[in-house]
Amino acid sequence: MEFNVITSGNKMVIELEGRLDTTTAPRLDTYIRESLEGIDELCMDMEKLEYISSAGLRVLLAAQKIMDGQGRMVVTGCREEILEIFDITGFTDVLTIE
Amino acid sequence: MKELFIEAINDNLDQVLAFVDEQLEENDCPMKVQMQIDLAVEEIFVNIANYAYDPETGPATVRVDVTPDGSVVTITFVDNGVPYDPLAKADPDITLSAEERQIGGLGIFLVKKNMDDVKYEYVNGSNILTLKKGLRGEKR
Repeated sequence: MEFNVITSGNKMVIELEGRLDTTTAPRLDTYIRESLEGIDELCMDMEKLEYISSAGLRVLLAAQKIMDGQGRMVVTGCREEILEIFDITGFTDVLTIE
Repeated sequence: MKELFIEAINDNLDQVLAFVDEQLEENDCPMKVQMQIDLAVEEIFVNIANYAYDPETGPATVRVDVTPDGSVVTITFVDNGVPYDPLAKADPDITLSAEERQIGGLGIFLVKKNMDDVKYEYVNGSNILTLKKGLRGEKR
């Protein structure tokens, strides 16, 4: 998995690409925990994300919890398969999907 | 039937997925179904890697069996670690808000939801977990 980060002022966009799984999720988790200070709007762009496992869901939930305390997080560009995973796990209600 | 004998560690996950995906691709499995199967395989294998032999590591066998008409795959995981039935755990409450949610507990739930059948047995010192899934993507 790769991720690109675009920050402008208090707004951050993280573009995810490839597979967010057990092997790759810890990298994103570490980045998020270290980098969200002062950010009040976080956008997770999933247009190029092909796969997400429960390890990836855990990172999204952690990010959502952090952002709930300091601003807002939105998830954009999800493929049908990924939306279905969000649906099954109730993440459709936890996340703000646009 | 194809079999992979491999050390159950997280670093081997990609190899396990590649092994399973190869069999699925040979049977023209739709991408969506392949993703659902990958998801289940990841959860089960990582579970074995993290818990079966903890704090040591040990081997696992992954067996992939597709029916002759290519319509159903059965994937079996065998390890000789501590007896552990992952299906016995209660499903997480998926109606909770982000604030109330615990981080974790979703893996096995996703396996149950995405597979047509999941079975656990403990036989002669082995944990045997069997996943079954239709490859044509119709049946749930």
